[in-house]
Amino acid sequence: MLLRHTPQEIIERKALTINPAKTCQPIGAMYAALGVHGCLPHSHGSQGCCAYHRSTLVRHYKEPVSAATSSFTEGASVFGGGANLTQAIENIFTVYDPEVIAVHTTCLSETIGDDLNQIIDKAKKSGKVPEGKNVIFANTPSYVGSHVTGFSSMVKSIVSSFAKTDGSPSGNVNIIPGWLEPSDMEEIKRLASLMGVPITMVPDTSGVLNAPLTGQFTLFPKGGVTVEELQATGRAKATVALGEWCSAEAARWLDAQCKVPCTIIEMPYGLLGTDRFIDALRVAGGVAVPESIEFERGQLVDFIADMHQYFYGKKVALVGDPDQLIAMTDFLVSIDMHPVHIVTGTPGSRFEKRIQEIVAPLGYTPNVRAGGDMFLFHQWIKNDPVDVIIGNTYCKYISRDEDIPLLRFGFPILDRVGHQYFPTVGYKGGLLFLTRLLDVLLTRKDRDEPESSFELVY
Amino acid sequence: MSAPVKKFKALDPEEVKKQLVSRYPAKVARKRASQIVVNEPGDVPPEILANVRTIPGIITMRGCSYAGCKGVILGPTRDIVNITHGPIGCGFYSWLTRRNQTDASAEGAENYMTYCFSTDMQEQDIVFGGEKKLEAAIQEAYDIFHPKAIAVFATCPVGLIGDDIHAVARRMKAKFGDCNVFAFSCEGYKGVSQSAGHHIANNQIFTHVVGEIDEPRKGKYTINLLGEYNIGGDAFEIERILDKCGITLLATFSGNSTYEQFATAHQADLDCVMCHRSINYVADMLEEKYGIPWIKVNFIGAQATAKSLRKIAEYFQDPELLARVEEVIAEELPEVEAVANAVRPRTQGKTAMLFVGGSRAHHYQELFKEIGMKILAAGYEFAHRDDYEGRQALPRIKVDADSRNIEEIEVTADPKRYRPRKTEEQQAALEAQGFTFKDYTGMMAEMEKDTLVIDDLNQFEADRLIELYRPDIFCAGIKEKYAVQKYGIPLKQLHSYDYGGPYAGFRGAINFYKEIDRMVNSRVWTYLKAPWQQNPELSATYVHQ
Repeated sequence: MLLRHTPQEIIERKALTINPAKTCQPIGAMYAALGVHGCLPHSHGSQGCCAYHRSTLVRHYKEPVSAATSSFTEGASVFGGGANLTQAIENIFTVYDPEVIAVHTTCLSETIGDDLNQIIDKAKKSGKVPEGKNVIFANTPSYVGSHVTGFSSMVKSIVSSFAKTDGSPSGNVNIIPGWLEPSDMEEIKRLASLMGVPITMVPDTSGVLNAPLTGQFTLFPKGGVTVEELQATGRAKATVALGEWCSAEAARWLDAQCKVPCTIIEMPYGLLGTDRFIDALRVAGGVAVPESIEFERGQLVDFIADMHQYFYGKKVALVGDPDQLIAMTDFLVSIDMHPVHIVTGTPGSRFEKRIQEIVAPLGYTPNVRAGGDMFLFHQWIKNDPVDVIIGNTYCKYISRDEDIPLLRFGFPILDRVGHQYFPTVGYKGGLLFLTRLLDVLLTRKDRDEPESSFELVY
Repeated sequence: MSAPVKKFKALDPEEVKKQLVSRYPAKVARKRASQIVVNEPGDVPPEILANVRTIPGIITMRGCSYAGCKGVILGPTRDIVNITHGPIGCGFYSWLTRRNQTDASAEGAENYMTYCFSTDMQEQDIVFGGEKKLEAAIQEAYDIFHPKAIAVFATCPVGLIGDDIHAVARRMKAKFGDCNVFAFSCEGYKGVSQSAGHHIANNQIFTHVVGEIDEPRKGKYTINLLGEYNIGGDAFEIERILDKCGITLLATFSGNSTYEQFATAHQADLDCVMCHRSINYVADMLEEKYGIPWIKVNFIGAQATAKSLRKIAEYFQDPELLARVEEVIAEELPEVEAVANAVRPRTQGKTAMLFVGGSRAHHYQELFKEIGMKILAAGYEFAHRDDYEGRQALPRIKVDADSRNIEEIEVTADPKRYRPRKTEEQQAALEAQGFTFKDYTGMMAEMEKDTLVIDDLNQFEADRLIELYRPDIFCAGIKEKYAVQKYGIPLKQLHSYDYGGPYAGFRGAINFYKEIDRMVNSRVWTYLKAPWQQNPELSATYVHQ
């Protein structure tokens, strides 16, 4: 047993987190910054944070992730990190020549109270930031929120640092996709293009974290939203933001500061989620939905109808990030599956409320916890086993111990690939996801079925 | 397959060095220039600047003190509950990300390595102090798991707000009575790399655990293995070989280790040091306090393994053991050599660069040489000068402010447990035969003239090196892997082994030869250009011929 010490009996803990279902803000900020073209993320703190964040992102994407650090030693921790950041800014522009440096803080620089506004301003005034280049920042102390809120803070900073209201309307619709995979962002762009809606996606990691192998390495791959495009977000027709946790802050900022009206919807996982997204895009873009999209939608409906018996009533345990879990729970309920244990490490009571609402029509009360951990998640599973677990790589220990199949979803996925190439969003993404889910369920059935009832055809 | 044409022959290493630093601002260039050395092997190798601060803004390969302490040293101990005191990130990232394998299959064995324990500090803990929360967390861990030991690790903010983690640990230890509780002040900002964390970890294990259990452990020839972390099962293979020779391994610091092993380590008759960088001072302290002499060994490479086994046997001066060791070597080597011979036609003359750790960049050169490969450049991520220049450099190393912050502990002979294993005469007699105690030859002495030795390599310089030399394989870590591979050059991870291994010992050598053969000869590196990109001219044929 890999988690042999986990008892079935649940004892309330007040101080000890065991097997977290979240990580810290800066990694989210780093991921978001990678979705800006020519941007080098910079971690303001000691260098271990940056090393850990890069390692985790690299393992998840199997792609290069470049980021710099202020490399605090004890001296900087005592006297402040201003000198380190100023030196870093100078070195970064001289050596790597990025368009943008996106600085995020760590618990170290936040605790000593470094004022990034002032440090960066001073660097600009003393000529350390070349003409036309940019340094932006987000405050992401690790003792607040989670990787999800760090992502949200950096997305807001990206938008608010560049969006301009002067000039003529751009005619574009802003899409703030939230913490999705590069493959998902690609799929959203494809859908928008089928709809004929010109969009600006902030951030956009497609082409950055799923780049081809060509014999060339470049610090700044082709993908990512450009500074020019970012400036135009303030002149957009509308904003469609996906996910309250990841995207709402930036969308509301654009609405309040630039008068770009925003619609915040849940992530477009599954049939109903994608319907809401397509509808929001249709309204924002002022277009009609093309037949090609209706065709894709029909295929997903067809799949659900054909294979409904294998999903119906199956119990699921889910762990991950709030926006993703809400949309995924909604997707599972829509095909009559039963999500019974749902845990996110990110705090926020709205999460628990929203999940209860989604599950309510099924007539039972699920176990839901925001700010929970995977130790509790495991204990819930021990007390009430499920047919399938949906969550990140760390679930593989629970999966093996409890002999319950695992479908990998969320962040991080360290031991499998595909998430960077194949979408989960949209009707196509829904088809792919259900194909994988069905495969997991039927593979288990094929393993467990007695020989007398072993079926060839499903 | 014929050996490729070697571009490196045409390159002047001094010229390469100039190119590596040419783009830096003047001050940075000066510093980097003293960390890049054109090798001149000899009794006194050239001086290199090492163990100095990372330059802010330069994309570094290094990690932090916490990573060195919690991740590297304490990571592989299976029956200690390791609680990270701090915000959630540090605990999360060090959760199972280093490939320490452990054998916890024994009945009733404890294994907490699959768990991540954290106090998950929140804003109010930073403002009002986190000691109460830490105390409660230790209590909860004790109540749920009843482990024999609980360790606490400080993250950056803990040091800043001044939580006294050691006082909390002492209080809880006294309260429990049957659970050792100790703490590590390994805040990430300490020192200049993960190396600082190794020191902090080793010092505390030495202080709080070693010597705790006097109940005798048996074995005719007892040794400790220091600086072996069981990545990919390396320690399993070393243990297999030692066992076959009849040598009893009392403790490995810290691969596949248990609390009891550390606590009884003072009983061993010899300490064998693998990774000199991470632990040489523990070997010194074990000698001072308990009278255990130490020698440097290396189980990376077939010849190195054989040499190390002979050295251990020689130490014990027992003909029976010497004979047994020769038997084992004779039994194991033929298969290793057969595989090396089979692989060599495909690897001979190919080139490699190694930039890892604080000894791996040195040790792995042996394996490459065994299959005829050439090392163009190498360097360490977190080494000190002695790792490059050899132990004789120690007296010449100036202690700077960053090193002074790392605790050095004073050790004296334990009045009860000190027991010299060899008399002075016996030691002298051994040394007269050419046997060396407490010595370590640095990497430079064993690298060819005019190869490049680079401390704390960064991404920018790695890119230039690759473009200039186009090595056949590059060895580094996960952060570097995919960037290097975008060039069409395979990267072998020598921290995590790309989930392969073991590479230590005899079977490990076989694994490594095969793996390198696979990597440098993989067909995938020939697919980078599509046919139409390789031959882009428009072509046409006549309709009527």
